[in-house]
Amino acid sequence: MDAITGENQIVYDARGLVEPDCEVPKISKIDGEKATFDALDLTTRQINLELRWLINEEGVTDVTVQNPGAKHSLAVGLLTRCKITFEGSLGYFGCGIIDGPEVHIKGRVGWSACENMMSGTVVVEGNAGSLTGAAMRGGDLIVKGRLGARSGIDQKGGLILTMGSVGANTGFMMQRGRQVIVGDAGHGLGDSMYDGIIYVGGTVRSLGVDCVPGEWMDSDAEFIDRKFRIYDLGTPPTFQKFVCGKKLHNYDNLEASERKLVL
Amino acid sequence: MCGIAGIIYKDGEHNIGQDMTRMLQSMKHRGPDSTGYALYAKPTEHVVMRYTVANTTTPRDYEFQGRLKRNRAEVESRLARLDAKIVSNEKETDYAFRVTLDYSGDLKQIADQIEDIPDCEVLSLGHSLEIIKDLGDAETVCAQYHLDTFSGTHAIGHVRMATESDVDISGAHPYWAYPFSDIAVVHNGQLTNYFQWRRRLERSGHRFNSECDSEIIAVYLAEKMSEGMSLEDAMRLSLDELDGVFTYLCVTADALGMAKDEMAAKPLVLFEGENMIVMASEEMAIRAIIDHEIDTYDPYEGEVMVWTR
Repeated sequence: MDAITGENQIVYDARGLVEPDCEVPKISKIDGEKATFDALDLTTRQINLELRWLINEEGVTDVTVQNPGAKHSLAVGLLTRCKITFEGSLGYFGCGIIDGPEVHIKGRVGWSACENMMSGTVVVEGNAGSLTGAAMRGGDLIVKGRLGARSGIDQKGGLILTMGSVGANTGFMMQRGRQVIVGDAGHGLGDSMYDGIIYVGGTVRSLGVDCVPGEWMDSDAEFIDRKFRIYDLGTPPTFQKFVCGKKLHNYDNLEASERKLVL
Repeated sequence: MCGIAGIIYKDGEHNIGQDMTRMLQSMKHRGPDSTGYALYAKPTEHVVMRYTVANTTTPRDYEFQGRLKRNRAEVESRLARLDAKIVSNEKETDYAFRVTLDYSGDLKQIADQIEDIPDCEVLSLGHSLEIIKDLGDAETVCAQYHLDTFSGTHAIGHVRMATESDVDISGAHPYWAYPFSDIAVVHNGQLTNYFQWRRRLERSGHRFNSECDSEIIAVYLAEKMSEGMSLEDAMRLSLDELDGVFTYLCVTADALGMAKDEMAAKPLVLFEGENMIVMASEEMAIRAIIDHEIDTYDPYEGEVMVWTR
């Protein structure tokens, strides 16, 4: 594969697309373990550098970011337990590959938020775009609005809970974890899923290949009640449960050691 | 990748040239090759035509300036022969012009006569539509064509990352729906049955100026509307008849519509305010013109929405 250097890099730079190298802005107002900064005039790189500096070097555990302006790739790769509040919306790839933070987004998130999230919680007050929680492995992702298409594609763990409806192919090739959808689901729900559970409160336009209704258990109700209580979401509605039919992919036939390899 | 944007005001005219420039510039990373605008001013009794007399790929040889002059003179001569009286004639760049015409005949005749001249292309023709497109980012094109004061009611725009055809003005969006007045389209995606539709439409007598798959959407919709279909119905039908992954915006003299394919593979973020509806491939484009917190959402797969001014 060609490295993105040399001539390629020069052409890319000439088009004015490369975000310039920058220093940590160090503009936050720090008050003990809390800090606030205004991201209005900062680039994505500057915002992420400021966050890392506060959390990793200044011992701050609670950061508020004002005016995130729907910029892409904010708060990615944070591997520390901390609290971050965005007073606005994020663009694409927000909170990707995080492991531990508790994030509160007061606006909306664009495509691919929380991709590969390992642990922690992300609460989105508004809507979320497509591919939300793609390949997510752990943690709780709560969206109080609606979700786009293919949410939780390749999901490997954790919870995606939305208070609204979801688009097509939600849970496509889902492998583990749970999705709770209070509203309606688009066509192809749980298409080609390997495992995991999807709960839907509204209607389902169509089920995907090998996604079938599952048997309701007391543990399902306990799980949903607990999550609604933790996130103060009111009384949960009645849900239908959907699981993998195990006709397409069936890990139950594998030896334990083989299962460990594929999951 | 490409980026698309649209805006329609319900409360009269606004500075849509500036709005669209801000939106498109904020999405420069989605397409730095060319930028295009379809702007709708208040309809006039005159026909407004935007045309070019050379493309960016035309050789810049010793004869170049001479050819530009000869082509422009030939355009004016042919307009005179068609009894299209030139009311105003503005030179935007060495190769791009805007004329207003006192003309009540067939628009197709004008387009065909002008495009018969080598290297000439009609970018738009109508009573309120003006298509401006060129290489470079939005700020470059805006400055070149003085769009920062363009007033109107609705607009669409496009930043292009060329994947299917050349980097030149012919390959840039928006596309005017030749030969139908005041209809234009911008598109993000790929159509997989492009050649099938191109052959069908060519058999119906339509011409195509580029190899770009997006060009057929405009003509396809315009033809359906000429048969009596509403814009919304034509766009709904397109979801069944056009294959591929796409999100596109279509504008007419008084409406703006969006359509998203059944896979929802291409993004669009939407804000519906009291007096304005704004949409773009990325939310940051919407925030480039709205400075307060707003609720936005992604339309779902297979959705078609139309707004009128």
